[in-house]
Amino acid sequence: MTEHYLPDLLPVPHPMDAGYDLPHFEGLKQERLVIQRCKSCQTWIWGPEHVCYECLAWDPAWVEVEARGLVFAWTRVWSPGFGPLRPAAPYMAVLVELPHAGNVRMIGNLLGERMQRVQIGDPVVGRFEHHEANGYRYSLLHWARA
Amino acid sequence: MDGKNLLAEVAIVGVGHSGYYPRGQSPDADFRLVLKAIFAACEDAGLPPKQIEGLSSFCGPPTDPRRVAAALGLPELKYAGLQWSAGGGGTAAAFANAASAIIAGYCDTVAVIRSVKMDEATRYGQGYQKAESATASGYGFQGVDKAPYGILSPAATLSFQACRLVEAHGVPRAVFSAVARASYHHAQTNPDALMHGRPLSETAYDEARWIAEPYNLYDCCLENDGACAVILTRRDRAKDLKSRPVRMLSAGESASFRADAPAFNWPDFCSAGLRSLAPRRYRQAGIGPRDVDVVQAYENFIPGVVMALEEFGLCSYENAAETLRFENLIAPHGRLPLNTSGGNLAEAYVLGMGHVIEGVRQLRGESRNQVPDARVCLVTGGPLTPMTSALILGHADTL
Repeated sequence: MTEHYLPDLLPVPHPMDAGYDLPHFEGLKQERLVIQRCKSCQTWIWGPEHVCYECLAWDPAWVEVEARGLVFAWTRVWSPGFGPLRPAAPYMAVLVELPHAGNVRMIGNLLGERMQRVQIGDPVVGRFEHHEANGYRYSLLHWARA
Repeated sequence: MDGKNLLAEVAIVGVGHSGYYPRGQSPDADFRLVLKAIFAACEDAGLPPKQIEGLSSFCGPPTDPRRVAAALGLPELKYAGLQWSAGGGGTAAAFANAASAIIAGYCDTVAVIRSVKMDEATRYGQGYQKAESATASGYGFQGVDKAPYGILSPAATLSFQACRLVEAHGVPRAVFSAVARASYHHAQTNPDALMHGRPLSETAYDEARWIAEPYNLYDCCLENDGACAVILTRRDRAKDLKSRPVRMLSAGESASFRADAPAFNWPDFCSAGLRSLAPRRYRQAGIGPRDVDVVQAYENFIPGVVMALEEFGLCSYENAAETLRFENLIAPHGRLPLNTSGGNLAEAYVLGMGHVIEGVRQLRGESRNQVPDARVCLVTGGPLTPMTSALILGHADTL
């Protein structure tokens, strides 16, 4: 297992609402980014919704999209708000916008030098990071400069 | 609105608070802080506590209104209202709810109450203190899209909008410094303020440690203990009380389109959430931005103040650096006196309740940083929360 960007101290992600967003988590484990798109009106949706917020059709489809995008906003965290994580600070996180998927946004850590300069609009590509906690496997999606 | 402002039937007649303490240092439990605040507000109004008939609060408060009613031996609790927003987004909305209960005739007198009390595990700067095996689920605060990536604290969670404000809208951090220093300046004449006797220099602001960029220590609200209470009653009853009544010219709340869309996907991303609410509030009050004499703007983090002022037409992003200079923001003679008690940054953070108390004091002429002849005060509840609210207070002689 490769080194993780942050130490293994953080909350472990589990599906919500009786497994409704399981396809997203299963996708990450297979190094695929899977989000939602309405089967009726084609609206891209993230995070998961039970109905399309535009046309109100039930159960948007789970669709794989390319894990690349543009930095929409960024932060460098110096005070994590969790004592055991403090030695890992500062660390960086980016809010990434996916222009090829309706400009939906998602957060991940920005890999690389922790004092690097980053700007809104910088292109980034996804990097999958695999974890195991007491036999439960899950994966995170981070970002690196394209 | 057919021309009649129903809020004219309501008056704010009493304000009060417990002592304010640095976090964890209150000798009193939450509930006792609330009782002290209610007694202080009733004393201010000249109204016996047993005449309270309704209780209103917001943001999942620790205080159960039934418990308050039993403790105070209220003859009957006729209204117990709770607004659903997170954080201080519901501050002003709790007053809108209280007023609507009075207007509808459910009861005559309502106390709006809120306390805050922190220990190591619940302080705002420590967002996550659970066991290492904890799990995340869903996409809310500390959800699966944030917590596994170390986005745990309110500051880190709410830093991305601030990034956009600085980098996409070009608002310089010097504006944040001016807002922080104005708050600390006002706290120096307010003996109740936690930062009384601790002024903030420009250098100290500039050299403060980062919390989560672009927030440094002084961009973040205080962590403290305390409680506030404000008494509302029918306008015709206000005349018999000892305090000078203050009018609610306008009040309401708003969550704009998909305002709490999961995983940071709300469309109007860098927003106080007041853009559609502000024109409605001005319309109900029958005023415009030029009529605002003094502002109490909620600040969990300072960038929310800039967003709120922009959305209420009191500055633009382009002129923020010029309009929101320190000299303009301080009482008595600044053009836009802001957070004149010290606010959430330098007086105390009781989810914005202190802003309402200070607004009332300004319109009674009783502020420690009085704006001469203040007639209209804007109070905003909760930029950087998914649902926000606002209150416009008016001088007594408009009653």
